[in-house]
Amino acid sequence: MVTKIEIGFKSEFFDAYSEKILKDIHDLDLKQIKSVTANHVYYLLGDLSLEQIQPICHILLVDPITQEYSINSPLRTIAADERMVEITYNPGVMDPVEESTQKGIRDLGIQQVERVKTAIRYYLTGNINEAEKLMIIDKILANKVIQHEVRPNEEIFADPNLYHFKRIEIDLLQADDAKLMKISQEGQLYLNIEEMLTIQAYFRKLGRQPTDVELETLAQTWSEHCGHKTFRGRIQTEEGVIDNLLKQTIMKVTQTLNKPWCVSVFKDNAGIITFDEQFDVCFKVETHNHPSALEPYGGASTGIGGVIRDPMGTGLGAKPVLNTDVFCFGPPDYPYQNLPSGTLHPKRIFKGVHAGVRDYGNRMGIPTANGAIHFDELYVGNPLVFCGNVGLLPVGMTEKTVVPGDVVILVGGRTGRDGIHGATFSSAELTSESEIISSGAVQIGNPITEKKMLDTLLQARDLGLYRAITDVGGGGLSSAIGELCSQTGVRVHLERIPLKYKGLSYTEIWISEAQERMVIAVPVENVEKILKLFANEDVEATVVADITDNHKLELVYQGNLVCELEMDFLHDGFPKLTRKATWNQPRFDEPDFDDPSDLTPYLHQILAAYNVCSKESIIRQYDHEVQGGSVLKPLQGVDEDGPGDACVFRPVLNSYKGVVISNGFNPKYGLIDPYDMAASAIDEAVRQIIAVGGNPEKIAILDNFCWGNTDKPDRLGGLVRAAQACYDIALVYETPFISGKDSLNNEYQVNGKSISIPPTLLISAMSVMDDVRQAISMDAKKPGNLIYVLGETKNEMGGSHYYFVRGYMGNTVPKVDAKIGKKLMAALNRAMKKGLVKSCHDCSEGGIGVAAVEMAFAGGIGMKINLNRVPVSDGVIKNDILLFSESNSRFLVEIASDDQKAFESMMQGNVFANIGSLIDTDDFIVVGLNGHEVINDKIIHFKESWQKTLRNF
Amino acid sequence: MNKVKVIVIRAAGSNCDGETVHAFEMCGAQTELVHINELLRKEKDLHEFQILAIPGGFTYGDDISAGKILANEFKYLITEELRKFTGEGKLIIGICNGFQILVKAGLLPDSNLAQMEPDTTLSFNDSGKFEDRWVYLKQNTSSRCVFSQNLPEVIYLPVAHSEGKFICRNKQVLKRLKNNGQIVFQYADATGAPVDYPGNPNGSIEGIAGICDVSGRILGLMPHPERFVVPFQHPRWTREGKNLQADGLQIFKNGVDYASKNL
Repeated sequence: MVTKIEIGFKSEFFDAYSEKILKDIHDLDLKQIKSVTANHVYYLLGDLSLEQIQPICHILLVDPITQEYSINSPLRTIAADERMVEITYNPGVMDPVEESTQKGIRDLGIQQVERVKTAIRYYLTGNINEAEKLMIIDKILANKVIQHEVRPNEEIFADPNLYHFKRIEIDLLQADDAKLMKISQEGQLYLNIEEMLTIQAYFRKLGRQPTDVELETLAQTWSEHCGHKTFRGRIQTEEGVIDNLLKQTIMKVTQTLNKPWCVSVFKDNAGIITFDEQFDVCFKVETHNHPSALEPYGGASTGIGGVIRDPMGTGLGAKPVLNTDVFCFGPPDYPYQNLPSGTLHPKRIFKGVHAGVRDYGNRMGIPTANGAIHFDELYVGNPLVFCGNVGLLPVGMTEKTVVPGDVVILVGGRTGRDGIHGATFSSAELTSESEIISSGAVQIGNPITEKKMLDTLLQARDLGLYRAITDVGGGGLSSAIGELCSQTGVRVHLERIPLKYKGLSYTEIWISEAQERMVIAVPVENVEKILKLFANEDVEATVVADITDNHKLELVYQGNLVCELEMDFLHDGFPKLTRKATWNQPRFDEPDFDDPSDLTPYLHQILAAYNVCSKESIIRQYDHEVQGGSVLKPLQGVDEDGPGDACVFRPVLNSYKGVVISNGFNPKYGLIDPYDMAASAIDEAVRQIIAVGGNPEKIAILDNFCWGNTDKPDRLGGLVRAAQACYDIALVYETPFISGKDSLNNEYQVNGKSISIPPTLLISAMSVMDDVRQAISMDAKKPGNLIYVLGETKNEMGGSHYYFVRGYMGNTVPKVDAKIGKKLMAALNRAMKKGLVKSCHDCSEGGIGVAAVEMAFAGGIGMKINLNRVPVSDGVIKNDILLFSESNSRFLVEIASDDQKAFESMMQGNVFANIGSLIDTDDFIVVGLNGHEVINDKIIHFKESWQKTLRNF
Repeated sequence: MNKVKVIVIRAAGSNCDGETVHAFEMCGAQTELVHINELLRKEKDLHEFQILAIPGGFTYGDDISAGKILANEFKYLITEELRKFTGEGKLIIGICNGFQILVKAGLLPDSNLAQMEPDTTLSFNDSGKFEDRWVYLKQNTSSRCVFSQNLPEVIYLPVAHSEGKFICRNKQVLKRLKNNGQIVFQYADATGAPVDYPGNPNGSIEGIAGICDVSGRILGLMPHPERFVVPFQHPRWTREGKNLQADGLQIFKNGVDYASKNL
């Protein structure tokens, strides 16, 4: 029996959700819709009496003050000018509310409810036709990848088909090249011909055909996502062959620098550095791009959920203490008619991604306190979603041990059909067909499952009940268990794995990327104790495998051996590819216009640009203070709305030691030269750490490369340049890389033409601050204080925001001179430690002009600066260049006039100058080279320009 | 003198438990973090403690409505224990999700667990959004609330929620809360005057941010006092100095002091 309960707000209560939907519909230009009512619907499966249904409604599901409900009948009649649309999840898609509702009902002493399903009923008032209704469903109410409109008489609790075991072998031994590629393509394996031939040779040697699950396992382990074939392969450049780009550049820096505070680099799920005597800290950043393109909310929430499990699976398990996020989208005002088919509008992706990261992070209780958003038309078909997580790990818990005889326990969420082929899918270019072919790759997260798993795992860790842990992420159990036991061997019993629903084949069980799962290696004598610990807090945990010593991966389903692969072949058997790399510097139009006499309108335009404008409405929706450790928050100043540089927080509440986190990236530079883009990203990340008082002697960095298809030589040529810059700059700054990740197929096909994203390298930086009470914010503090610029301003306008608002790209991209930068930053840090710096702001997009006005309006204090005093390189003779050049390694700092001498003597040997001061009025004034004012306006006007763009997001 | 014993209750999705424990420990209390299942299985006895705290978070995902499932566990599964606890004049504080739970369990505004028709509720913010921001709170100096003593008239604390709009069933309920001095904190501007959004972050009636029961011993509030226990958590400490008074800490101190003297 199915009971249907519909719940709605009483008319006298404001329903913010319905209002939001109405606004989205009006954004589609369907103004004839006058109102929207969204009612929640619960379907309960089970034999219930009315005496049971009523308390379920009244006590559990309904808020009697604000809501009303109906049982097995519509809550309202549908008016003549009204349409009713009911949206529910597709069969097999996890509905997080289902589990909680079942628990809530059981708590009432009612045991008959077997399943719960939810839906939302929308009543759309206003005259629209069927096509317009379908458009509203498609663009706003439902994402067909995971949801659908409930059909009349639809069987809500349709039983999935049962699965009957059948061992499937693939006819590989006799296949020719064409057949091999057909097998790869049709199976969504994304293996190339060399790889297929290697697999064929392996099975010919064994004298048997592979099973489907063996091929899938190889495809996942060898995927770009898991194997990093490009970075670890051979690259033929014009200068010669590079064998393993990663080892030759990024890992080489770390090796050369050999910092004693690096605890574990490039080998675990996150890189680890020392923090204090009791704790280390680890940091990992990942991307979740393709799933976010198809289903922004689910894709992004599982992106953050996945990266949180990285620190949880680092060493013996770290406690997540901070989230970061960086997004790249198409412009929110991108014309609908220009959208490539199969793509969601950038605004919808933006909203969905933001909501996904927000809801997951907030529910997990992890502060999100650092991030960035970048908009560019080249991201329309392929957005980027970078999520990062910092974890706190007790000292001495870095090493895992995997011992034959121990068992593997799977903890957390159940396994379903979600996320099938996620890892291999990330190796494909997106097309308009992607949403159909790869919908299985989209997953829905349940943060509470992850949170309770975390709570119990930390207890088990502290009791010493397990010896190794890793997360189940891309590649599913195949990657997790396969890697955990790569040095020993393992026998997995697939039928023991708890399933969300019946009907999964042994292969689907093995490769599913269902969320919120971790695996631990447990000595047999601890099994009973640890299972009880999990059960006590309603966390599911199951012994699924035995660790062996035969160096084989063996999968058994109901007693049938379905996979027997040698670990050596699985992990090291793939052929090294040699790819070609070429590089040709692109040329953009170089603008040639006069120096405007009034730069005020340009400063307003730059402040209002999507990439510079205030992100307050987005930031406020993240809980950036949970766990109580925040010291420098993302929004700073007299009205708590100025743009902070790096965030500072205390992961241990009874200590004043802090962690500093920043990020640096600028994809616009990547379009001109990936080398300078990468160099600038490192400079920016390091600069931001320094700007808040971070320790220049202890900065660890992470790389996240998002690139186009590196099978194409020009894309790969750019990647090589960027990696080379990573080596050159990080070596001088003495910032070891401790972890990294790459996502290399970010292209989108439109009418057969492949469009690549801009070469994008995100550098995330982490530093440790001995005393957070010395942290420095960016807001101007006091009229009369002096403003200094540190570092030289050069004619480097290529990719600048000034050129952008004037419609140009240019070619003179900012370079980095790390030797000069390092010396300057060391001097600035010494001055900060002496307490000489009142505020400090990093100069990046928009140059001195933007940095100065942001300091002024964040502090609510006027400022007057003189461009004649700005130290420049030869030939800089225009006000617009002085004010808006984005040269690297520069800061603006505020110094009390009493401290002038002390500060200047500490900065000796560096390029710096006093360019003005904070003033008693509320004006922002810039005097140009000829002595005339080139900017003069109220700080509040600039602030308004900066705030208005995304204020109502 | 024996240390005051505090029980901080957590469930799946609690997430402000660590800093709530820390705040009580700063006040010298002996604090235990206990999973609700331990109470349900009777492995822990509420009776051992003088103060019960329900921290912020998203218990059970706030699925259905914020705090509802844990509230029902309080109301229907540990009813007698709670009755005994409140009957002995012991203290309860619920912060954010904890406030939602106290209201939905029928412990606020009147500690009457049996009541079927609630008098008040906390609903979705008028903004339709989860928001994290600091707000000024006017403290009702005539309130009997144990936790709000010795505070300045206007204090500053962060809120971070999406379901914090306080609603009364009718005008009589609101009037009763006022007459009984049960309104403890109201959103205000820096001078203590009433404000609209964003100063009132959720659209609560009369800017109500926290209420107590008639005895003053049970407090529920949306703002997070545990996030302001040292000056360096204040969003303007780099401007206003390192000697800012941490308003949040006083709330915990009041509870611990009261329990130490009276319980």
